[in-house]
Amino acid sequence: MSEWKKICLVNDIPVLGSRRVGRAKGMDVAVFRNDENVVFALLDRCPHKGGPLSQGIVFGTSVACPLHNWTISLADGCAKAPDQGCTPRFKVKVDAGVVYLDSAELASHAIDLVRPVAGPACKELANA
Amino acid sequence: MKKQELVMIGNGMAGVRTLEELLKIAPDLYAITVFGAEPHPNYNRILLSPVLAGEQTLDEIVLNDWAWYKDHGITLHAGWTVTDADRVHRVVHAQNAAGETISAKYDRLLMATGSSPFILPIPGKDLKGVLAYRDIADTQAMIEAATTYKHAVVIGGGLLGLEAANGLMKRGMSVSVVHVMPWLMERQLDNVAGKLLQKSLEDRGMKFLIGAQTQELVGDQDEGKSGRVKAIRFKDGSEVPADLVVMAVGIRPNTALAEKMRLYVNRGIVVNDTLQTTTDARIYAIGECAAHRGIAYGLVAPLFEQAKVAANHLAQFGIGRYTGSLTSTKLKVTGIDLFSAGEFMGGEGSEEIVMSDPFGGVYKKLVIKDDKLIGACLYGDTIDGSYYFKLLRDGRSVGDIRDKLMFGESNIGNAGHEGHSKAAAMADSDEVCGCNGVTKGTICKAIKEKGLFTLDEVRKHTKASASCGSCTGLVEQILMATAGGDYSDTPKLKALCGCTDHGHQAVRDAIREHKLLTISDVYHFMEWRTPNGCASCRPAINYYLISSWPKEARDDPQSRYINERSHANIQRDGTYSVIPRMWGGHTTPNELRRIADAVDKYKIPTIKVTGGQRIDLLGVKKEDLQSVWQDLGMPSGLAYAKATRTVKTCVGSEWCRFGTQDSTQMGKDLEHALWAMYSPHKVKLAVSGCPRNCAESGIKDVGVIGVDSGWEIYVGGNGGIKTEVAQFLVKVKTSEEVLEYVGAFLQLYREEGWYLERTVHYIHRVGLDYVRKKILDDAAGRKALWERLQFSLDGAPDPWLETDKAAMDTRQFEKLTVA
Repeated sequence: MSEWKKICLVNDIPVLGSRRVGRAKGMDVAVFRNDENVVFALLDRCPHKGGPLSQGIVFGTSVACPLHNWTISLADGCAKAPDQGCTPRFKVKVDAGVVYLDSAELASHAIDLVRPVAGPACKELANA
Repeated sequence: MKKQELVMIGNGMAGVRTLEELLKIAPDLYAITVFGAEPHPNYNRILLSPVLAGEQTLDEIVLNDWAWYKDHGITLHAGWTVTDADRVHRVVHAQNAAGETISAKYDRLLMATGSSPFILPIPGKDLKGVLAYRDIADTQAMIEAATTYKHAVVIGGGLLGLEAANGLMKRGMSVSVVHVMPWLMERQLDNVAGKLLQKSLEDRGMKFLIGAQTQELVGDQDEGKSGRVKAIRFKDGSEVPADLVVMAVGIRPNTALAEKMRLYVNRGIVVNDTLQTTTDARIYAIGECAAHRGIAYGLVAPLFEQAKVAANHLAQFGIGRYTGSLTSTKLKVTGIDLFSAGEFMGGEGSEEIVMSDPFGGVYKKLVIKDDKLIGACLYGDTIDGSYYFKLLRDGRSVGDIRDKLMFGESNIGNAGHEGHSKAAAMADSDEVCGCNGVTKGTICKAIKEKGLFTLDEVRKHTKASASCGSCTGLVEQILMATAGGDYSDTPKLKALCGCTDHGHQAVRDAIREHKLLTISDVYHFMEWRTPNGCASCRPAINYYLISSWPKEARDDPQSRYINERSHANIQRDGTYSVIPRMWGGHTTPNELRRIADAVDKYKIPTIKVTGGQRIDLLGVKKEDLQSVWQDLGMPSGLAYAKATRTVKTCVGSEWCRFGTQDSTQMGKDLEHALWAMYSPHKVKLAVSGCPRNCAESGIKDVGVIGVDSGWEIYVGGNGGIKTEVAQFLVKVKTSEEVLEYVGAFLQLYREEGWYLERTVHYIHRVGLDYVRKKILDDAAGRKALWERLQFSLDGAPDPWLETDKAAMDTRQFEKLTVA
């Protein structure tokens, strides 16, 4: 069942910054705030190589991925041309300075996507 | 509102490029009508030579197919020649092969009529089998002739003539080139290179008649006066058989229509810096038909630059200006590499550096005047063409690299593409860009399929040469071979990023002169086009502010790249690496125990010893970072920042039997003095205790080498993509002097370097002599620099152990959870 869940206050997110929202299943959701206090939510995963978009620099209504500097639109989650690919986005509601996400989406949206691996885990993956 | 009418006369590369640029920025402003005399859509005229040589097909060189015009709502009249235009009523009249006529009204008119080949006014020029070489019809006629006839004569040994001759030879004809000048391509090559080219073409079977003056062409009927050409006769009475004669003796701008319209014509249709004709501001002229500041350009790069400006003006933005181009030349004959640019013939007051290996088929000539490169002519090895061209365009002093100049950029420690220097010799599967794993095949495919023309476009689409840039020369060669030209733009002042037209220097100056203290002040004052910049300009401006106004301008964490915002180095899986500081590479049992304990406690997967003599803990979760820092109890190594990284040291005189100085202590002192120093880019230092130089001081931003009588200081070294050996700055006696000189040099770099410019590139830009003047000759200035650095760094907090004082936003470490 769909229901708006309170996440945080708008003021808990830095201006031109982001916060990460953990989920029971699946990767984190990144919530972004631009300089006009509009809040956006995307899966914390760049469509390119899975970089955590929450860690990027926010400008205008875009975020630059911290790994390879792809520019991702906060509004639709898609990469700026000529790069191609989109990251799943999440519905956001802001009411009286409080940020809400949809419980059904949090529980089930894009839970199959996983974060990239690094370190010794790479070799384990290759040997498996 | 009714759209304005834009009519374009001519359907070639320059004109259509203007339309493309216009549609990008103002797609709905005009109803566009195009008249093209040829019955084809826009094609890449430069690639007619490969078509003639059978290396490409006509379909492959089409740039905009019929559908493109339709998709963009452009009315195309292909096969219609504009015969007249009425400037009072603003209407053009056109006619087709059948003699039918049509008219079109215009609000703005774009003349892109190009040029036509010059036909020698000699008897027999109208015989069958006598052609010019300009368009698809000419090319097809030559291909056809090659199937039935044997002897071809090309008149004109210039770029176009040789390409035609090569193509016809590949089609099986026996080809002679008639050239009246003393050597081939005399406008692009000097005598030596011209002769080398001739030899190489002769080896392939081409014949040359150098210095021969054509008298007439002889036909096979009516005593030689009509029918098909059968021979060419020279002034000395000799004759050469010819079933096909191609005239390639030059081109003339097509200005007949413009003259009929009473537009001012002088070597072309005269235009101003916005490509408007000087006679009628409603009318623009672009490409080979236009004369800008007395020059009608015939190469693609300038024409595309013109297209951008004209489109900008048509779109009513009016901020673009075309101020002329510098051009370079390359020949499109497979297997022959030549390049020339600028004043390669030299002349009064110029000096030449020449390398000649006629047996190996390599010749290079560089022309220098007033300490600047003004011309280059390369034959056989052209990989450095783009490097020389860049030096030429930038007009930078080459005094300090003069001794290495001839060996080029690619021969100096360039990594990442197996030392390849000839793109043509590479297989499709060979890697061109070692950073991003891009093969030659991928680049060729992208250029062809996506119609890429510029190095920038190739970078954006394929990422080739987009990271370290060391393969730029190769990518340009591939672009040249595939798209048929070198399309690098004439450099202007390089803008900091797409948000502004201002360059780094202008921004730095404004911040200092007008005491701007916040990023939004800068954006407002310098009229940024975006409300809050982008990921390129914000970190740069944040750095300029805090380095120009220490303790006054406030650092903005949201304008810092993630590593500097979270004080750790992000890894491919989104975890972080932690590198604590070890002063001068020294550590203690207690530090090592704490490191080991933290690794166990936080299950850190990898421990690695770094090249900077420290220990790297890899794979720390962001949530754990603060606790790891606390448990380690060691200051941050700032291994993630554009800042002082480490001071690498050797053991020095305390232990080493060869050591002459206590390099470890010197290193520690330097590191304690400089550890909190943010800078335009990372700064690495090293101190060696004797000239054996075990700390590798020769490839550091600042390298100090102990000798028996004191310390030598070297600056501007770099062990990265391009290995750069540090240059000697000064020798001093005491360690206090080392601190002062090194500190002063680094403060100079902090105050004047552009963001992301390493010390080596800063020194290249300003010249080592300038640095010497500032640091060595001006003692008061040196002391002032050193004091300013100490003032900036005084009381700087350690970000790991004093997070509050460092004003770190610690909310980033906590994850939010759903209530």
